[in-house]
Amino acid sequence: MTESTDRKTWLGLLARAPQGRIASLLSQVGPVPPATDLRRPEAGSVMVQGRAGGTGNAFNLGEMTVTRCSLQLPCGTVGHGYVQGRSKTDARAAAVVDALLQTDHADRVHATVTAPLAAEAAARQKSRAAKAAATRVEFFTLVRGED
Amino acid sequence: MDNAALQGGFIDPARDAARAFRAGMEAMARPGTIQTLNGCTAPAPMSVAAATLLSTLCDAETPLHLAGTCDTDGVRKWVRFHLGAPLVGRADAMFAVGDWDALAPLDAYAVGTPDYPDRSATLIVEVAALTNTGATLTGPGIAQTATLSLPDGLLAARVARYPLGIDFYFTCGDRIAALPRTTKGAR
Repeated sequence: MTESTDRKTWLGLLARAPQGRIASLLSQVGPVPPATDLRRPEAGSVMVQGRAGGTGNAFNLGEMTVTRCSLQLPCGTVGHGYVQGRSKTDARAAAVVDALLQTDHADRVHATVTAPLAAEAAARQKSRAAKAAATRVEFFTLVRGED
Repeated sequence: MDNAALQGGFIDPARDAARAFRAGMEAMARPGTIQTLNGCTAPAPMSVAAATLLSTLCDAETPLHLAGTCDTDGVRKWVRFHLGAPLVGRADAMFAVGDWDALAPLDAYAVGTPDYPDRSATLIVEVAALTNTGATLTGPGIAQTATLSLPDGLLAARVARYPLGIDFYFTCGDRIAALPRTTKGAR
């Protein structure tokens, strides 16, 4: 199993996808089996924790809005979707994608949905890193020879 | 995760939970009356009424104690998916569910503090039969007297230390009745 087809990875990609992106990518997959809801899409908030440096204590950074959904395909596969924001359409689409990726449709869904999402996420991170790198300042210190 | 643990939530959570809350509140406000409560299904042996009441009242911030036959793997998984409530022992529980023999004795449960009498446990007792016969009840919410079938030994086990105390729900199938701490009972 490669890294981009690992469930943890695709759930992370779905969770961080921009609003409306999952639903629009899923519509390109083609006919999707009708799923029954186990837990209808619901919005809530989760506490995001941060840690300063690698050794600092965990602190509460703030709350963020998260929408979740659980559903089941006719074949019995269960999918869970957690997305940032309050888009119920996206949460349901994420759950459908999660369920489909566990079935025989995995290759098709991976090519249409998760691969573009991974590419976009990598591009976002690269552009952000480039912007940060542009502001980098190099300091030079003369050795004074005291020691 | 098996299927039974994922099934059985509210179909229309907002309306169904509001309806269920109303039934639970009516039962507690008018001790001795039997209300109908349904909407959720938990794995056996938990009753429909108990599952619906738990879905209405419990979330990640209400510690729950599963007692006796209710403490099965299937029920634990159902609780984890639908409620997210932490499963704890008697002393830390805000809600406890099970049959009367498994729930007793009562002295292990929280009864609240004089400043915060609401910090007490609510026991959901699964009973085999729930009828308006047996013990005579008087108190707030009861016009003259009410009668309700209570488990043997429950009235004796309740210790009068109002405003502290434990409140009870009784569930049987999709029916529910309640016995708050304010109600006096006699055989």
